[in-house]
Amino acid sequence: MARTLINVPATAKRGEVVEIKALISHPMETGFRPASDGALIPRDIIRRFACTYNGEEVFSVDLFPAITANPFLTFTTVANESGEIALSWTDDQGKTQTETVTITVE
Amino acid sequence: MTRGRHLAAALALALLGGAAFGAADRLSGFDFLGPQTRAMQQDDMSNPGMLSVLDGEALWNRAGGASGRSCADCHGDAAASMRGVAARYPAFDEAAGRPVTLDRRILQCRESRQRAEPFEWESPDLLALSAYVAHQSRGLPVETGADPRLAPFAESGRELFTRPKGQLDFSCADCHDDNWGRHLGGAVIPQAHPTGYPIYRLEWQSMGSLQRRLRNCMTGVRAEPYAYGSPEHAELELFLMTRARGLPMETPGVRP
Repeated sequence: MARTLINVPATAKRGEVVEIKALISHPMETGFRPASDGALIPRDIIRRFACTYNGEEVFSVDLFPAITANPFLTFTTVANESGEIALSWTDDQGKTQTETVTITVE
Repeated sequence: MTRGRHLAAALALALLGGAAFGAADRLSGFDFLGPQTRAMQQDDMSNPGMLSVLDGEALWNRAGGASGRSCADCHGDAAASMRGVAARYPAFDEAAGRPVTLDRRILQCRESRQRAEPFEWESPDLLALSAYVAHQSRGLPVETGADPRLAPFAESGRELFTRPKGQLDFSCADCHDDNWGRHLGGAVIPQAHPTGYPIYRLEWQSMGSLQRRLRNCMTGVRAEPYAYGSPEHAELELFLMTRARGLPMETPGVRP
């Protein structure tokens, strides 16, 4: 499992716009870079990131080889109800890593 | 940098007779960063170096080697036992009779106490442990060089710093003492105070040690870089940290 840093406010007022920040450690190898022996390092990137709020997708992004290692994404959503925010990263091997955080809406 | 600051630096040079800048004029690499990069370093949720610090914390608590012990088994909670430690490195090593860098000390401890396979120089694991230990000193002033036994080694570090090297025949001081604040290839030349190491460098897209950074500069002037772990690196690092005394530690720093 890759290491992640996620920042979602623990509590929010109903209808408040909350900022979500997500950082994951990943090499994001482009597939165009030669190793010291001249052979290309195989492509290894995160293809897709998605965020669901109580099961409903609120944000998603497709990633491409020009995107930096350890991609940092920040976006906003409207806090309407208490529940679970799930962030998932899917890589070239089709493996998905999901991290969840809970938010309490008053 | 303003003309006024250059003038102030030149005056300080004249007054101190050789020292490039007075204590008040010294700036960390952080002070030369753009606003976005500053924000990135200051917010632990966006600082990619924190991923390495977290890896280091896991390594700190993981038992390993023939001893079956972890760093925490001997040193306890790093927040207490490692507080201020990195701000004193490179430190004098009794057995070796010369200064050792923090990385070298971690490797020594791993080999002799933990009796585990040594990490390779510049490996992600060594950088992570080093970042975790140095992170415990964040905000504390650099104190390196207080030990008088270090003086001759700091002096040879100064000699290495001011000696012209490579095909381009530049010394470190030519850029970092005489031309700091000006631009080289679109980047600002900082004063070379290594307060944020290991750093997350955006150009590398990874963590790196001061030795990697120094080797970069040496390749830049087309000189043969010193090998990782060489005594020259320890002496240069000692001189740079001694020169940075009083500046706050920033690990993990973010640099372009």
